[in-house]
Amino acid sequence: MTELNPYIPFLSEITEVIKHTEIEFTFRMTYSGDVKPGQFFEVSLPKFGEAPISVSGIGDGTVDLTIRKVGKVTDEIFENYVGDTLFLRGPYGNGFDIANYKGKEILLVAGGTGLSPVKGIVDYFSAHPEDCKGFTLLVGFKSPKDVLFKKDFEEWEKNINVIMTVDTPEDGYCGKCGLVTQYIPEIPIKNSDEAVGIVVGPPMMMKCTITELFNVGFKEENIWISQERKMCCGIGKCGHCKIDDTYICLDGPVFNYTKGKFLKD
Amino acid sequence: MGYQTTAEKMNAIFSDLSKDYLIYAPKRFVGDGTFTYIDTIRYGEITDLSEIEFAEKSDYSFKEVLLPISETLFYFTENEMKEADAPKKGAIVFLRSCDLHGLKRMDTIYLENGAVDTYYKRLRDNTKFILMGCENSFENCFCVSMGTQTSEDYDAYIKVDGETVLVDSHWDFLDAALAGATQAPVIADSVTANDTVVTIPETVPQTLFDAPFWEEYGNRCIACGRCNFVCPTCTCFTMQDIFYTDNGKAGERRRVWASCHVDGYTDMAGGHAFRNDKGQRMRFKVMHKVNDYKRRFGTHMCIGCGRCDDVCPEYISFANCINKLNTLVNDTAKEEN
Repeated sequence: MTELNPYIPFLSEITEVIKHTEIEFTFRMTYSGDVKPGQFFEVSLPKFGEAPISVSGIGDGTVDLTIRKVGKVTDEIFENYVGDTLFLRGPYGNGFDIANYKGKEILLVAGGTGLSPVKGIVDYFSAHPEDCKGFTLLVGFKSPKDVLFKKDFEEWEKNINVIMTVDTPEDGYCGKCGLVTQYIPEIPIKNSDEAVGIVVGPPMMMKCTITELFNVGFKEENIWISQERKMCCGIGKCGHCKIDDTYICLDGPVFNYTKGKFLKD
Repeated sequence: MGYQTTAEKMNAIFSDLSKDYLIYAPKRFVGDGTFTYIDTIRYGEITDLSEIEFAEKSDYSFKEVLLPISETLFYFTENEMKEADAPKKGAIVFLRSCDLHGLKRMDTIYLENGAVDTYYKRLRDNTKFILMGCENSFENCFCVSMGTQTSEDYDAYIKVDGETVLVDSHWDFLDAALAGATQAPVIADSVTANDTVVTIPETVPQTLFDAPFWEEYGNRCIACGRCNFVCPTCTCFTMQDIFYTDNGKAGERRRVWASCHVDGYTDMAGGHAFRNDKGQRMRFKVMHKVNDYKRRFGTHMCIGCGRCDDVCPEYISFANCINKLNTLVNDTAKEEN
């Protein structure tokens, strides 16, 4: 038998569209294969191209893809998703391995859409809080109207420690303000020597957050990050995502910081 | 098995082979170069050995045979996709030893690094490689430094000397076709030294990534990407969708050559890009060719053909860059001790 052509996408049905903001929707897609949080699919739109999108939730026979309308492909998805189907390729990448975090104290720090690739981890430990020694979700958004996954937050707050902050508050907003980094010292970590930090977001946010995690005693081997790069293939061929001897699409996008700290574009 | 035969006999064999194979070799395109009255030597189809340019280095490599500049992957209509057909014929490619090593670099990426690439494999499986010898080193070649001056991984070696043709065959078909020819030991011509010699630093510390050293390249490079396009080991591509003007619902997805020197290579949706500085792009490429690739796959990526030095409109020399980088690495190590 000839090997399957990895470039030909398959058709997946949109079973639900969850609108978070004007420009960020979650598309719940039919998919029944194995998939992990932090892996990604190439969403493939004939005529417009492809975009790598992280898996933001895993259901029974479905995956969630949270998409921001920022480019040629995603603009078109938002305009014409009424078509009920999208072409996908994947899943690609290593993803987060939940087993690495079980039985530990976990601090997950996410910035904006950086919450998407780690949302599966939050979902898991929110549903199984007994599987870890403690779970804090620290997440920052630009403003209250940029908040994603509002319904999920209601659920998470029942089971895990959630701290949400916005950079720029608006009238009527009564939550926390400021950058995520300023809240890190306040988080009660019992044993920072062994606690796990997971950090995903814009490059500068990740850099500052990791510095702050070191300040409060986290060890680099206990810190995990996920990287975002341009990708045209997702299978180690096109070269766009390569950093040193690392292909983000094959070896990442999730890295332990002992490796991740050496990734210099 | 080695043979001595005639050009006429070999041309007859190739004529026979052309029923099943397209035959590609470096050809001289008179007046087709960058400047007036300048020729270019690039790959094209041949039907006669006399069309092959043996005396000079080709400006472009053979890679476009296996990795076309623009290659249709599939055709789409609204909800269906159809894989583009493979060429009906296989290919025979004439190339030099350095390029044969370049082929291994392409194989590594397209057959081993992640999933097997359907399009590359189907071309590769039906391609035969014929080695062209090098009696002399050409300008800017540094194959000896890279260890690529000889290769045994060919289907045949062919040397044309007037009407006499020497063949070393590793290919049953040729052995059968040359059954009546005089047997003779044939050893491929190869060089043992080049004018250009490079010394590759074993490792380049990351602290040197931002060294002023790269600024010179930032000032000179115009990000045209020619060095990538002539390189037999540069294999990056970008996806491109097109649709037909008289039926906007149907179209095709292609992949086209990409260059890490050209703007847009790292652009992500939303506008963020990495390595905006051209010196940093040079650093990225140089590190890939002589450091990063080796760490991942065990051999250097660069095969020392020197085409990048031949083609650069700003006279940037990759070979000089490696040697200067080596000096910088050594000097830095001394300062630290």
